[in-house]
Amino acid sequence: MSGHPHDHHSDHDPHAPVEEVEGPPSEHVLLEIALRELLIEKGLFAAADVTRQIEIMDATTPEQGARLVAKFWTDPAYRQRALADGKAAAAELGIDMSVAPKLVILENTARLHHVVVCTLCSCYPRAVLGLPPAWYKSPAYRARTVKDSRGVLAEFGTSLPDDVEIRVVDSTADCRYLVVPVRPHGSEGMDEAALAGLVTRDTMIGVTLAREP
Amino acid sequence: MSQSFAVAQRVRVRNDAPKGHCRTPHYLRGREGVIERAYGAFRNPEQLAYGADGLPKRELYWVRFEQGRLWPGYTGTATDTLVAEIYEHWLERAE
Repeated sequence: MSGHPHDHHSDHDPHAPVEEVEGPPSEHVLLEIALRELLIEKGLFAAADVTRQIEIMDATTPEQGARLVAKFWTDPAYRQRALADGKAAAAELGIDMSVAPKLVILENTARLHHVVVCTLCSCYPRAVLGLPPAWYKSPAYRARTVKDSRGVLAEFGTSLPDDVEIRVVDSTADCRYLVVPVRPHGSEGMDEAALAGLVTRDTMIGVTLAREP
Repeated sequence: MSQSFAVAQRVRVRNDAPKGHCRTPHYLRGREGVIERAYGAFRNPEQLAYGADGLPKRELYWVRFEQGRLWPGYTGTATDTLVAEIYEHWLERAE
């Protein structure tokens, strides 16, 4: 899966700048290297295990969550199972969440819109959404979303009428959340694969709506 | 201290500031809300953080708060809400 990284991100500049900064490594970087090498030396895991875990993390993408949303929209029985147990619903699609916390599916309606934040750290359902964007982890998003959700949504280009309850979901403990957006008008005849294309990472965090087809 | 709560029951988050790791945000301490869902029992993160087994497990609840009551001068609508996962030992009954 990860043998041809350029194939997955055709919009990336093949000559992207090197991200390593010059100068001595930070204390945190040194701490990570020291701890990792010590644990490998003690035989708790091997260097190949670290590489494998990085590959697993890199392979998770928001397309996984988008497939779940598309099936949720089109299959009423699956919708019921997903609302009852998000992890089991993900497993049905071959998404491995065996080591992940509980997954809660949040269904948006014409009257209720969910937006997810983790004010305490940066809890995020990586198995279905991939790695979190930098802004999700920023102190500004975490502090502002809880008290000015409409203002934050507006900055993402999302404005909702006053008769829609905005429900901020602070991911404080043992649950992770995936927002199922309202199925857009004009998507009635579309199949699951096409519907999944209307759903982005940001949609499943709850800061944007599904794309109009 | 352990007690269970029912869905729709009014609760208050304990206004406490213990030392060490916990999963109760400061902005919700002392605030009143309503039990929205019961998530079942989970190992206590306040002990897991220090390498203990986190037992006995603690009941975890989804508590719903009214945004207009959480934030003075809230500019959204009266129906806007916030939900957070709060452990049983951080909750007390409210009238």
